[in-house]
Amino acid sequence: MFVNSGKELIEICQKNKCTIWEYTLESETKESNLSIEEIFEKMRNSLKVMINAAEDGLNHKIQSVSGLIGGDAFKLNAYAEEKETLTGKFMVKAMARALSCSEVNAAMGKIVASPTAGSCGILPAVIISAGERLNKSEDDLVKALLTASGVGIIIAKNATISGAEGGCQAECGSAAAMASAAIVEMMGGTVEQALHAAAIVIKNILGLVCDPVAGLVEIPCAKRNASGTVLALTTADMVMSGIISYIPFDDVVSAMYEVGKSLPCSLRETALGGLAVTPTGLLLKKQVFGE
Amino acid sequence: MKQYSIFDIVGPIMIGPSSSHTAGAARLAKTARIISGGNIKNVTFLLHGSFAKTYKGHGTDRALVAGILKMNPWDERLKDSFTWAEKKGIEFEFIETDLGNVHPNTVKFVITKKDGSISEITGSSVGGGNILIFDIDGTQVEFTGDNPTIITKHRDVPGVIWHISKVLFEKNINIGNMKVFQKKKGLEATMVIETDAIVSEEIIKKIKDLSAIEYIKILNPMMEGE
Repeated sequence: MFVNSGKELIEICQKNKCTIWEYTLESETKESNLSIEEIFEKMRNSLKVMINAAEDGLNHKIQSVSGLIGGDAFKLNAYAEEKETLTGKFMVKAMARALSCSEVNAAMGKIVASPTAGSCGILPAVIISAGERLNKSEDDLVKALLTASGVGIIIAKNATISGAEGGCQAECGSAAAMASAAIVEMMGGTVEQALHAAAIVIKNILGLVCDPVAGLVEIPCAKRNASGTVLALTTADMVMSGIISYIPFDDVVSAMYEVGKSLPCSLRETALGGLAVTPTGLLLKKQVFGE
Repeated sequence: MKQYSIFDIVGPIMIGPSSSHTAGAARLAKTARIISGGNIKNVTFLLHGSFAKTYKGHGTDRALVAGILKMNPWDERLKDSFTWAEKKGIEFEFIETDLGNVHPNTVKFVITKKDGSISEITGSSVGGGNILIFDIDGTQVEFTGDNPTIITKHRDVPGVIWHISKVLFEKNINIGNMKVFQKKKGLEATMVIETDAIVSEEIIKKIKDLSAIEYIKILNPMMEGE
């Protein structure tokens, strides 16, 4: 059985002298009927779907089914390629990849829920961009996905990864936390450091509500994927410099759960609050669904 | 504490935009198609709650038609399912309705087959792409399709359960969950059996040998990469 907390994860990895991805892979073989190789290849398959989703929107203008969003990944990628950007080509391109996944999702393309469809852009954008920057192999990216799933399992066990239950902090927050932990480990950080990164990310996104315009996974979801990506990447640098989260991962996860439960129903994916009920939000809803 | 596989967290691979409104809808429809037995002429989708209100923006309509065409939730043709249905000569319509006190993402399938017979199946998309089928032709049932599932309609006489479990035992298949729904005492009953291993057509044939079995269907879970 997979460990129940971050504390246990640190202990078991120290005892076995292993990384999060190694422990997660080992644990999955015990829980499923699959071999280590089969699990690794299944995850590689997910990585391939992620790469396609993250690249598609960079080269084509993708339009969502409802017509509400589209073409932003293309714009951002062109900007990264052609203009002098403020945060650098690396960061702008990472955001473009996140937007691309969200646009592919909203256009009924193929994505990997990670952990959900609404937050499907963050993990691919972060690991692909970090992998490219650090010259990592495809196998290294699969390992990063394993690290991310291990951290995600602990969040799901102790809190929630569903926007309907915990707001956007539970979806994009969890995705960014998983992604940040994964690249810290990819950069050679320790298990503790990976969890510091996950903790810092969730702290910085704590309280974020889920208020989709017209109830669709488009506005503001796509841009929250881009901002979650930036948060995951910058946090990894913070942690690799030696900075720690004073509030440990397990405490942060339980705080996220408590905050999620105390959000009113109108701010948990019902489209009854927040941006969804602003005059413009309601107008856009009418545009998609009529009266 | 609930247990998760890594593929519950990073996964499933699916066609967007929504696990409940798109992936779940496709699964529901594919399940309904299998229960109906195929040879479909016409389908009426009765949409309830959030399905009724937001089906267009979420592509729920395309996902439902795709499922009727036996497409999986990760099939890239899902987006163009209307065109595929036209090619196959399957007609369909969507009706917004109120199905009563049920989950907000519920759909009732009224499936008319080429021989004129009608199957009615109702189910809900309960989150994360997971589904629950709870009514087949007016008989209350309850299953998720996560495990191989055998559904029977049979004459309500002694020995039916014994016969089926014997066939499964002989093939070394373990039963994980089992429910019997008696519609009319002594006349008609339905049984839903969930097993731990894939059930083959050969096993189904053996179960069918019993004359009391009027109808039997097997639903093996949809595996990614099939």
